[in-house]
Amino acid sequence: MAIPKFEKLSSSAVPLNIENIDTDQIIPARFLKAVERKGFGDNLFRDWRYDKENRKISDFPLNDSRYSGKILVAAKNFGCGSSREHAAWSIFDYGFRVVVSSFFADIFKNNALNNGLLPVMVSEGFLQKMFARIAKDNSATFTVDIVSQTITIDATGEQEFFALDGYKKECLINGYDDVDYLVSLKPEIEKYEQSHIK
Amino acid sequence: MSKTLFDKVWDAHVIRNVDGGRSVLYIDRHYIHEVTSPVAFLGLKKRGLKVFRPERTTATPDHNIPTLNQHLPIADAESRNQVEMLVNNCKEQGITLYDLNNPKQGIVHVIGPETGLTRPGMTIVCGDSHTSTHGAFGAVAFGIGTSEVEMVFASQCILQPKPKTMRITVNGTLGKGVVAKDIVLYIISRISASGGTGYFIEFAGSAIRSLSMEGRMTVCNMSIECGARGGMIAPDETTFAYMKGRSEAPEGEEWEKAMKYWKTLYSDEDARFDKEYVFEASDIQPMITYGTNPGMGMAIDASIPSSAELSGSDKISFKKSLDYMGFEEGEKLLGKKIDYVFVGSCTNGRIEDFRAFAKMVEGRKKAEGVTVWLVPGSKAVEKMAYDEGLVDILKEAGFEFRQPGCSACLAMNADKVPAGKYCVSTSNRNFEGRQGPGARTLLAGPLVAAAAAVTGVITDPRSLL
Repeated sequence: MAIPKFEKLSSSAVPLNIENIDTDQIIPARFLKAVERKGFGDNLFRDWRYDKENRKISDFPLNDSRYSGKILVAAKNFGCGSSREHAAWSIFDYGFRVVVSSFFADIFKNNALNNGLLPVMVSEGFLQKMFARIAKDNSATFTVDIVSQTITIDATGEQEFFALDGYKKECLINGYDDVDYLVSLKPEIEKYEQSHIK
Repeated sequence: MSKTLFDKVWDAHVIRNVDGGRSVLYIDRHYIHEVTSPVAFLGLKKRGLKVFRPERTTATPDHNIPTLNQHLPIADAESRNQVEMLVNNCKEQGITLYDLNNPKQGIVHVIGPETGLTRPGMTIVCGDSHTSTHGAFGAVAFGIGTSEVEMVFASQCILQPKPKTMRITVNGTLGKGVVAKDIVLYIISRISASGGTGYFIEFAGSAIRSLSMEGRMTVCNMSIECGARGGMIAPDETTFAYMKGRSEAPEGEEWEKAMKYWKTLYSDEDARFDKEYVFEASDIQPMITYGTNPGMGMAIDASIPSSAELSGSDKISFKKSLDYMGFEEGEKLLGKKIDYVFVGSCTNGRIEDFRAFAKMVEGRKKAEGVTVWLVPGSKAVEKMAYDEGLVDILKEAGFEFRQPGCSACLAMNADKVPAGKYCVSTSNRNFEGRQGPGARTLLAGPLVAAAAAVTGVITDPRSLL
């Protein structure tokens, strides 16, 4: 089975200048009762997008018509808390393909990569430049290139390199997934079991 | 070469290193529950695969089960469906399941240790971030996502980048009324909710050594709340004494063989850590959180800090957090009225927590107007609480003792704190809406919870000792 292929993307972005966005905000626990991976985008940031009467909260960036695009830009320590992969699923299902922040929680980062959602970690300075650019021009675009591992502010040409481990890079470009790879190692795994497990 | 405890366990489980910085890591023990497993089972089926090593996976329902009348069918259709899926998937794949009617059922991170399935030197994963709990036994234990659950099903392995190592040493003796939860809330308040990200922590020092296994589990449980993948403590006589005789623990010759390995599990004297912190136990007071991440904690008699020195997104986030909580900068929390108290969860739902709570409320009465949920972490904890007479003490003081599950820690079942209400909670997360939409959570240990439950206001437990 494959994850969606991804090499390069140019898009406008939605700014979410809040720190420590935890996975309970991304997708509250009461929406984790599904047994299939379907429809999670509807409940992305549910309690920030809708009030108690299920009315849209108009000034929340996802509801603000000035902002759109496939890139979510968030302040530091994005995705902390629970390991629920539903967080990555809901962001992807909503239509985002890239999340940019100056710092990601470990489990979220792994979950995102396992689903073809690219976490791009930039410096705090570059992140602030992105927020400033979006504030100046709501439809400002950014280009994310996996091959060169760069993110560019299109209007100014300012660019930053981002880290991505070589294995995951290849997976994203080719749409490979880890299960296929691990299953192909079964003889080696069985050998390990015989020699290491007492 | 000298090695840290973490390196010893990790390295012994690496099958191969993959170009680009990941390792294929063999997993000794896999725990699953009803919420993060169904999509993994589905993925496995779509690939036409069976679970590769079903004997290494153990299942229990815990996240969205009711804590009253567990003998009746689960009322919420979606919750019931998830639990039924778990039962069916386990049956189909030959996985041991501790179902709701099984005396070994409970929160996955409570039952692993108490059955003896969790052992020193193991690699342990579960689709739940609080898997770090099992690190208390000297295991490398961490939470994973559902894709990774599927990897373990398919191959008993996962692909992981190796985290960096951090040692947190807490020296000295804890003061009166200061418990394991206070240690970990203190550490997180000092290093922040993201200070451990990218690291695997080893907790060390005399204050950590002095803790019971229950206390050590509380500390390791919350490693994830500072962002660390996990936390671990080198096994010692306390660990071995706890393990001996548990139903799934090794016996006889097997035990002797295991002990030989377990006794090698410590950080070599000159082992290097990527980062070190040292704290003094005497600086730690009973703790409480005032904000919406576990790093926003303080001594119970302190004042909420000011945002004057913060700027940019830090300042915005701090103010947003206090707004949500309905608190002001510089304000003290002592004496504030609270509405709910929750004692339970994989952090503080063990027998020691209910002993501490019961001891403090004995001879006192539950405060009027406060709703108190006392939820044991497992059927075994529940039974002990009855056998030891704790439940009688609790009832006498006006409290109700419920049935085991994750309950109000994440409010997937009916145990939800209403919007705007304050809850002193022994659980692990004070995120917005964690205990119900709009709920306001104040994290604390079982003694602070007990003091609040009998006074109805935030109270320093030392004044009641």
